[in-house]
Amino acid sequence: MAAGVAAWLPFARAAAIGWMPVANLPMPVAPTEKNKRQDELIVLNVSGRRFQTWRNTLDRYPDTLLGSSEKEFFYNEDTKEYFFDRDPDVFRSVLNFYRTGKLHYPRYECISSYDEELAFFGIVPEIIGDCCYEEYKDRKRENAERLMDDQEDNKDAKLPNMTFRETMWRAFENPHTSTMALVFYYVTGFFIAVSVITNVVETVPCGSAPNMKEVPCGERYTVAFFCMDTACVMIFTVEYLMRLFAAPNRYRFMRSVMSIIDVVAILPYYIGLVMTDNEDVSGAFVTLRVFRVFRIFKFSRHSQGLRILGYTLKSCASELGFLLFSLTMAIIIFATVMFYAEKGSTSSKFTSIPASFWYTIVTMTTLGYGDMVPKTIAGKIFGSICSLSGVLVIALPVPVIVSNFSRIYHQNQRADKRRAQKVQKARLARIRLSKTGSSSAFLHSKRNGLFNEALELTQLPYKMNLSDQGSTEDEKRLSKSTSLIESQHHHLLHCLEKTTNHEFVDEQYYQQSYLEAGLQNYPSRSPSLSSQDGVTGSCCTRRSKKQHHTPLPNATAPAHMQPLKHTHTHPQGLQELSTIHIQPLSTSRSSLNMRVDEPAPLNCQSSQITTAIISIPTPPVTTPEGDAHLPAAPTLQNVVKVSAL
Amino acid sequence: RTHFVRCFSVKQTSFRRPALVEDELELSAVRHRPEGLEQLEAQTRFSRKELQILYRGFKNECPSGVVNEETFKDIYAQFFPQGDASTYAHFLFNAFDTDHNGSVSFEDFVMGLSILLRGTVQEKLIWAFNLYDINKDGYITKEEMLDIMKAIYDMMGKCTYPVLKEETPRQHVEVFFQKMDKNKDGVVTIDEFIDCCQNDENIMRSMHLFENVL
Repeated sequence: MAAGVAAWLPFARAAAIGWMPVANLPMPVAPTEKNKRQDELIVLNVSGRRFQTWRNTLDRYPDTLLGSSEKEFFYNEDTKEYFFDRDPDVFRSVLNFYRTGKLHYPRYECISSYDEELAFFGIVPEIIGDCCYEEYKDRKRENAERLMDDQEDNKDAKLPNMTFRETMWRAFENPHTSTMALVFYYVTGFFIAVSVITNVVETVPCGSAPNMKEVPCGERYTVAFFCMDTACVMIFTVEYLMRLFAAPNRYRFMRSVMSIIDVVAILPYYIGLVMTDNEDVSGAFVTLRVFRVFRIFKFSRHSQGLRILGYTLKSCASELGFLLFSLTMAIIIFATVMFYAEKGSTSSKFTSIPASFWYTIVTMTTLGYGDMVPKTIAGKIFGSICSLSGVLVIALPVPVIVSNFSRIYHQNQRADKRRAQKVQKARLARIRLSKTGSSSAFLHSKRNGLFNEALELTQLPYKMNLSDQGSTEDEKRLSKSTSLIESQHHHLLHCLEKTTNHEFVDEQYYQQSYLEAGLQNYPSRSPSLSSQDGVTGSCCTRRSKKQHHTPLPNATAPAHMQPLKHTHTHPQGLQELSTIHIQPLSTSRSSLNMRVDEPAPLNCQSSQITTAIISIPTPPVTTPEGDAHLPAAPTLQNVVKVSAL
Repeated sequence: RTHFVRCFSVKQTSFRRPALVEDELELSAVRHRPEGLEQLEAQTRFSRKELQILYRGFKNECPSGVVNEETFKDIYAQFFPQGDASTYAHFLFNAFDTDHNGSVSFEDFVMGLSILLRGTVQEKLIWAFNLYDINKDGYITKEEMLDIMKAIYDMMGKCTYPVLKEETPRQHVEVFFQKMDKNKDGVVTIDEFIDCCQNDENIMRSMHLFENVL
């Protein structure tokens, strides 16, 4: 429950008087405020700076250090104040959280010191208010990155027990680790360069033999070039296989971009080996040689900048896609226009719309080769419009790409966004959890709390009987269970349950009972019986005892069992449910049964126990657990006095 | 979480701005100061200290000094997380807002609480009757009672045991009318109501339930 709203609890409870005339069942007893303290000021001395606040303010959040009894560890008897040897500036935010219910993150504060203080005072950072949450998250992310970078730098130190495979992988990924790695790095780089140069030089026309026409060097010195090519491919193949062997996750490695480039680089050679010198396929074979140029991309392992460029383009994909789309639209429009404009002119190069595409592209990019020019006046007008608009359209994506590049250079965006999204989900989940925590807290405390309430009740009459030890034990248990505000809130919810004659349950029970009720097909009962049915319907299957049964004045003998007896009837169909429900309560119930064994002059003194003797048309079907403690004949209780009727 | 209350007040603004109508609604920074402590002490049955505690809590939630219906609903809904408390809160708001000006000031709040917590049983019953009588005509009809009942059952929410059925509020209203409507004329008057409640032990006992709330 929220902080300041706790102050309105008295109001909410007072308003519950509105339910009273409507309710058919008696209300549960209100939790008494044992030794109610007057609200007092407490002094918190944080490294010399004194803060003062009401005790109730701090009690709003009982699961933090200041709200719980944990602060007693810091109590200074001599000065009668709580002393904390912590940062007073950050403590301001902490204390304001108690006062206003909102946690703020001051900008000037260091993120790690703030986190430490929050951890010390037991406050979860997720509840930082929306006004400050973005800032907090950004700073935290930056800090985490910085830590990660530091860690990576430290990773160079060789770990003692690395397998050969792991060493190799590290050597491949980070060539500065050892000299071997460095040598390998340079050797592969050299061979990539050699391979690329070879490919280029192959096509240069060498000097011709006197009687032959000019041939490219590749055809002249076939053997030499072939040997060079073979050597390079050997090196690349060995490198690829070594990387494949060393990779920690081979499947992932094989899917990565770099490995695909490696494969594409060496594959043409092998295909060429396999294929014979056939006329038909030689054309295809030549095409394959084109792929050898991909060896250049192997340089990206050696160059960080190349990698970033590739990454930028990948991340700008949507903007580039949009650019492409708008360009396509413009090209089609202008090409169509030009085609129809130039249709009339003779010997026009604009033979079809696709043919006009070439003109449009060349014009829009302001290249202007001049191989296709419009001749009609209309064509010239539209042509000029085309080139002007081309300037605009081309100019659009450049700033986007530039800004993207700089953005990526400064932070790794993508991974963090994904991480942040996950955390955002977790944060929302946690906030939701704390909000629903109040409702589940009620359900939870119903199981435990009624036990305590029963204890509370039995305490008063039993005061003379129980030993002092026993009663203080119980008191301790009581005070430990729920805070006063919580118990009052639960009492309020309890009253509502009584008014409406239904119980709060959590989701899963609701689903269960809903399904089972659907299966059963209840006949709807007439209104006159509703109260009775309501009574029987309120079989408190999930809860232990209702303290609302007083024994009959006369039937004292079995009646002493009554007050704490769990008598409930089941409407026939729902009997099965009780089996499911009761299990969690077995402990509390059995212990309650134990308590019942004490002889009780309870009957006469129970002024606090409200009267309602519930009519039991059928003998009480106690739980299938077998409530063997029931010696009393159930028939004695058939006093039909159903609440107010 | 506390709310920062945006309070629009139509009553008692300590200063008026010569602005447009919308501005006035938006910006009329409400400063409603309650009457003095002595006066409130005289008018209600709370002691000085209790009034102090009440006002501090009130002012914390509503710094401007008045509560409007939306905030009222929000605050009340916090106590019933499983259900929908807005309808009942609406009725409560009308019951507290005795001068029907759309906002509950501290005086209204404290007067209401004084009756509920420190009043005689008679006064409490009259207050409850007032709550049920939605149109304040002196009679509780079945429709009014049905509205109230539905509002109460709404607060339970969906996940209840046994499962809430459609006709449960209606049945409950029938029971209520059987109990209260002595002359069977279809409405419950205040005398019938008080009479009947005074004869019912449960109700009498429950009236004393919250006496030690403060």
